[in-house]
Amino acid sequence: MASLDELKKRISSVKSTQKITKAMKMVAAAKLRRAQESAEKGRPYSDKMNNIILNLSNNITDIENSPRLLAGTGESKVYLCVVMTSDRGLCGGFNTNIIKKAKSYFQKITSEGKTLKIITVGSKGYDQLKRVYKNNIIEKISFKESKNANYFDADKVGKIIINKFEKKEFDVCTIFYNQFKNVITQIPQEQQIIPLKSSKRVEENSAQDNYEFEPEEDEILNNLLPKNISTQIFKAMLENSASEQGSRMSAMDNATRNAGEMVDRLTIEYNRSRQAAITKELIEIISGAESL
Amino acid sequence: MSETFNIEIVNPEKSFLKKENVSEVVVPAFEGELGILKDHISIISFLKPGIIKIFSGAEEERFYIDDGIVEFKDNSLSILTSSIFDIKNLDKNHISNSISEAEKELSSNEIDDQKRFLLNHKVEVLKSLSLN
Repeated sequence: MASLDELKKRISSVKSTQKITKAMKMVAAAKLRRAQESAEKGRPYSDKMNNIILNLSNNITDIENSPRLLAGTGESKVYLCVVMTSDRGLCGGFNTNIIKKAKSYFQKITSEGKTLKIITVGSKGYDQLKRVYKNNIIEKISFKESKNANYFDADKVGKIIINKFEKKEFDVCTIFYNQFKNVITQIPQEQQIIPLKSSKRVEENSAQDNYEFEPEEDEILNNLLPKNISTQIFKAMLENSASEQGSRMSAMDNATRNAGEMVDRLTIEYNRSRQAAITKELIEIISGAESL
Repeated sequence: MSETFNIEIVNPEKSFLKKENVSEVVVPAFEGELGILKDHISIISFLKPGIIKIFSGAEEERFYIDDGIVEFKDNSLSILTSSIFDIKNLDKNHISNSISEAEKELSSNEIDDQKRFLLNHKVEVLKSLSLN
C-alpha cells in the first residue's frame, strides 16, 4: 500500500487537475453559447443561398452547358476531401469522430481505385491523418490565430478549392465536419459540394418557378456557385466550432466528475491507512505493556 | 390595402436587417439600378457594388454593399450579401482603405473583364461616397 505521504500528494494533484478541468468546462460553456448563437444566425444565409441555387438550377434546361461547378467534370476519378477539425485538443471524441468518418470514406474511395487528395483544415485533423495518409494530403490549413469562425477564413478555403477545381486537380469534392445537434450529440457529416448534389427541393417553392433573371441564369450561377462553396464551408466552420465547444464541455464535465470520484476514493484509502497506522501503534504499545 | 412589403438582408454572420413596412427598395442590380415596389414580378438578380436605398414611409435608409444576390418573391425581398455597411456609420478611413485595395487589385493583370468592370464601379461608388 502506498505510503501516507504519497497518497496525500496524489490527492492534491488530482484536485488541481479537477480545478483545471472545471475551469475549462466553464470557458467552453461560455464559448459554446456564443458559437451556438452565431451558428444559428448563420443559417438563414446558407439556407437562402441554397434555395436560390435550387431555383436557378431547376430553371436550367441545357444541362450539358451548365457551369461545371454544378454539373461536375463528367468524370469521377480524383476525389478531394476537405476534413475540417479543431485546432485544439481536449475535446472528447470531437476530432476522432470526424476522422473516423473520413477514414471510412477514404477506404471506400481507394478500394474503388480512385485517386484521393486531402485538404485538412485545423491542425488536429492533420496530426491524426498524417500517419496513414501523409502522401495524400495536398494542403493543410489552420486558423489558430482567429478566435472565432469568420467568413473571411471560409472564403480563403473556398478560393483554394475553386482554384484547384479550375486547374482540374479533382473531380469531386466532399467536406467533413461535425454538425451541432445539441451539447451531447454532434453528428459527423460528409457533404458533397462539387458537383453540387441536387438535394430535395423544399416543398414551399415547388409551386412556382417563373422567376425573372437578370442577367441570364447561367451567368448568375457562375457567380453564385463559387460563393456557395465558401458559404457551405463557412456553415461547416460554424457548426464545427459550436460542436467543438459542446464536445469539450461535456468531456470536461466528465473529467471533473471522474476526478471527484478519484479524490473520494483516494481520501478513503488515505484515512484507512492512517487509521491502520494508528491501530498498529496502539497494538505495539499494549503488547509492550503486557509483556512487562 | 397598404403598399408595403417585407425585406430581409442577411450576411454570413447574421440576419442584418429585417423590416416589414417597406414601400420601395432600390438596389444596384447588375444591369443598372432596380427599383422594387410591391407586387413586383419574382426576380433573382445579381448585385454590383453600390448603394441600397430602403424607403419606408417618409424614412429613407441607405446601405453600401460590395456584392450580393437579390431575390424577390411573394412580396418578400431577400438580399444576400457578404459585406454591408450602414452609410451613416461608414467612416472615411474605411472608404479610402477600400478604394486603395480595389485599385491595387485593378492594377494586377490576373483579373478578367467582368471583375475589372465591377472593381471600377466599386471605386467610383466609393469615391462618390467619400465626397459627401
